Amino acid sequence: MTNYASAISLQDPSERTGLPSAIDPSVVGVEPATETLPRDPIFSIESLTAFYGDAPAIRDVSFQIYQRMVTAIIGPSGCGKSTFIRCLNRMNDVIPNFKTEGRILYRDVDLQAKNIDPVGVRRRIGMVFQRPNPFPKSIYDNVAYGPRVLGLKEDLDGRVEEALKRAALWEEVRDRLKKSAWSLSGGQQQRLCIARCLAIEPEVILMDEPASALDPIATTRIEDLMHELKRDYTIVVVTHNMQQAARVADMTAFFSISKGEETHRSGVLVEYDDTKTIFTQPKDKRTEDYVTGRFG
Amino acid sequence: MSANPPTADLFRTERMRRRRLVNALVESAATVAALLAVAVLLILVGSVVKKGWGAINVDFFTKTPALYTGFGPRPESGIENAIVGTLIIIGLALLMALPVAILTAIYLNELAPRKLASVLTLAFDVLNGIPAIVLGIFVFVFVVIGHGQAAWKASFALAILMVPMIARSTQEVLALVPASMREASLALGAAKWRTTLSIVLPQAVGGIVTGATLATARAAGETAPLLFTSALYGDSVGYDPREPLASIPMFIFTSAEQADPVLHQQAWGAAAVLIGIILVASLIARWFADRSMRRMKGER
Repeated sequence: MTNYASAISLQDPSERTGLPSAIDPSVVGVEPATETLPRDPIFSIESLTAFYGDAPAIRDVSFQIYQRMVTAIIGPSGCGKSTFIRCLNRMNDVIPNFKTEGRILYRDVDLQAKNIDPVGVRRRIGMVFQRPNPFPKSIYDNVAYGPRVLGLKEDLDGRVEEALKRAALWEEVRDRLKKSAWSLSGGQQQRLCIARCLAIEPEVILMDEPASALDPIATTRIEDLMHELKRDYTIVVVTHNMQQAARVADMTAFFSISKGEETHRSGVLVEYDDTKTIFTQPKDKRTEDYVTGRFG
Repeated sequence: MSANPPTADLFRTERMRRRRLVNALVESAATVAALLAVAVLLILVGSVVKKGWGAINVDFFTKTPALYTGFGPRPESGIENAIVGTLIIIGLALLMALPVAILTAIYLNELAPRKLASVLTLAFDVLNGIPAIVLGIFVFVFVVIGHGQAAWKASFALAILMVPMIARSTQEVLALVPASMREASLALGAAKWRTTLSIVLPQAVGGIVTGATLATARAAGETAPLLFTSALYGDSVGYDPREPLASIPMFIFTSAEQADPVLHQQAWGAAAVLIGIILVASLIARWFADRSMRRMKGER
């Protein structure tokens, strides 16, 4: 974790702020080159247990999420994938009776600590939801909403354009920025939501099944986008689609449901490894059953 | 088993005939009920306009009531003071009620714990049912006795009447704003108040306007609270809400008691004017709400 500073300084600044090049179709389907990526942890999850009321939804989850990689969370319905990802930006705070034990360290800072402002957390750690949820505002105002809220008013036009370009939506909407965001197709709306998230320059983007409401073509574009974005951002994606995890993720965490000693069923982390390892040489029988389609 | 052909249920039977009859009966009963409701409205408005039409002329809007002793030519008279007074009283009441009602609705829907919210909602429904005359007495006892009548006190009484109406209708539309909109805003690092103000409230504008219009329309016709708070007014046009002001309902009430057919006609005319003011206000509010909804969605 200490080598974070050096990792930043090694980064070519022009590359960080530069526009992404057009999406290279050859990227799709190519196996993620995990071995060459440096593994700098950005999140260290330590014995995380999350409760709705008294029932634990996930229990004793520990692993590290690395910078500038796509980490996929897979697992059967009800295994706490969404609960987990929503812990990472304190989105569960809005649910009454939700509480956690254990620690989520983000750059060595415990996100659950009392002196942490959840609003501040969400400025650094953005989120894209399962269903595209643009505001009933214009395309421009959707993207500009975050910067306006945060008081980033300088060169708002440039910021909006940059975010839309990074989300690979600029060419499609540049002539109708003042039109309603609801006039876009589902896939465009989801890319707009990604642009909206990028406009506040987060470090991490959490995606909760971002393509499950989209058709295959729109899904492909979102996946291409994830490949592009991981050069500058850390992406954590929940998906129920194993092929998608195999296509986009460098690392994969498999969650499953544990019956436990108590009567409650709760989600546990079964295995976490390179995506390739998870899908080809899983160490746990439950992982193998799941990825080969015998379960779930 | 006698051979029922498999197509037997395609043919009309006695039972089917009965079902269709019942269906036709219920459908026509519903249609007649709807038509009756509209008919009552038309008859009501029509008779008010018909009986009051003779009283409505330019003088009616630009002159104040004049005393007629029964001798000599009748002086020209109108209800300008009542129209101005009603506009001031209702405007002030709306000004008092609207912010309180919207903030209350935000508290109930966005902030309050669920159990407390349902208790408070029930309390508002009860408050909604309290007769206006009770509110009038309440205001009379606490702010009028010993201090005198004033138009703003009438506004205050009417505002108490309007707050639960506007709050409840606002609360209902706030509840219709999808949770995903709040989540999206929170996830962008917006605080709760900012989310409520920029995302939730604009989507509820239509409902707020509807609630405010209904409440205004109801308050504009209330007479009972005015009896206690703003009944001792003169015949000149007044603008100071610290003094009692004339109002259309009070004019109707007092004129209808007089043994003078001209005043009766003027009372009908005043009623027609009141209906007209409410209608115009509703249309303006509706237009404004539609425009803001379109703006919000980015369709210009």
